[in-house]
Amino acid sequence: MEQIGDNLLGSVDFGGVTRSVFLDFTPEAGPGDYVMVHVGFSISQVDEEEARENWRLLERLGLLEEPEAGGGP
Amino acid sequence: MKHLDEYRDGRLAQSLLAEIRARVTRPWVLMEICGGQTHTLMRYGIDELVPPEIELVHGPGCPVCVTPLEMIDKAIRLASRPDVIFVSYGDMLRVPGSQGDLFRVRAAGGDVRIVYSPMEAVRIAKQNPHRQVVFFAIGFETTAPANAMAIFQAARQGLGNFSALVSHVLAPPAIEALLSSPENRVQGFIAPGHVCTVVGCREYEDLVSRYHTPIVVGGFEPLDLLQAILMLVTQLEAGEAKLENAYARSVRPEGNLPARGIVEQVFQVCDRRWRGVGELPSSGWALRDEYAAFDAEKVFDMEERGVEEPAECISAQILTGRKKPTDCPMFGGRCTPENPLGAPMVSAEGACAAYYRYRRHALEVTR
Repeated sequence: MEQIGDNLLGSVDFGGVTRSVFLDFTPEAGPGDYVMVHVGFSISQVDEEEARENWRLLERLGLLEEPEAGGGP
Repeated sequence: MKHLDEYRDGRLAQSLLAEIRARVTRPWVLMEICGGQTHTLMRYGIDELVPPEIELVHGPGCPVCVTPLEMIDKAIRLASRPDVIFVSYGDMLRVPGSQGDLFRVRAAGGDVRIVYSPMEAVRIAKQNPHRQVVFFAIGFETTAPANAMAIFQAARQGLGNFSALVSHVLAPPAIEALLSSPENRVQGFIAPGHVCTVVGCREYEDLVSRYHTPIVVGGFEPLDLLQAILMLVTQLEAGEAKLENAYARSVRPEGNLPARGIVEQVFQVCDRRWRGVGELPSSGWALRDEYAAFDAEKVFDMEERGVEEPAECISAQILTGRKKPTDCPMFGGRCTPENPLGAPMVSAEGACAAYYRYRRHALEVTR
């Protein structure tokens, strides 16, 4: 991550391809975090707790008969 | 990739579909309001996998599709000027104006450049101080923070040769226009997850209570959309109308505050014409008066010229969910992504283009 003028620039790995992304809208994101990128800007940091919570919700609905099959987070 | 692959799990999709089937007892019409979601629904065949009681119609959620014809014409006029470098997102170049498109301008020698991010337009302006650089700032709330940041930086750096042709649109007024129409058939909405990531979902709560229609914020992967459909069906079958969030890993109720901050600083709400839908009050963002020096419509003193949509394109009915792309007699014949008659056939996010890509073979077999 580096400061370019007023902007905060970082490197984001898109499943193997690395691109420079402006992190101004997710200044709290750091190495290892997952971000949602749109037209060169990160617009959200994935909330790991919410992602786990959603997966638990699916499980509670009785939808995961074999939990390991989903490959969840 | 984490947070993507697991949301494409086939077995879990089957379980969600079984749950949807178990809960549906009567017909329901659901609409998604984002072109990205339209694309996923078609690509994974979700519209054909859900029980026949559920009809999925597609809303005016493709930014390229709803950019009004007169704005495309203005872009073409600006791009044709020899002193202008016209900078745009790639999928705008093929959108037909009333005469030709931006690709044709480029073929005739116009300097039309495609960028991935609006910040590249600022860089082009810095590198070309003796040319006027005009950036075509289109999109929904999702794209607005990036476009606002580019304009903000150009102003801050005192770039006198940078301006923006702004045509931003807002999703909630479009949903309201559909809900308040006497022809409305939609009983539940999947709200656009990335729009809500930026601006939050409070405005949708208001729509839910005023129109007593359930809205579920949805993501972009097949499981995200199946979950949103399940939540809508569950509410509808129970006679409920609530706002629910099926994309909480990205969407917070208040949205993204730094992103909203830059938008607030640069843009103000305005009335906007939508291609195929018409003029909607308070349905767009335009530059604030403080940024008038960066407003291409003012810098180049552009006159308003009224233009009519081509009569043979039924995009108005497509974009409001009244007709499916395959109902159009031009679909796949005179109108294809290579030679589009209307905007929904242009962008990958457009409903007609998505049907053309994923459904035209089935159509050829049945015809």
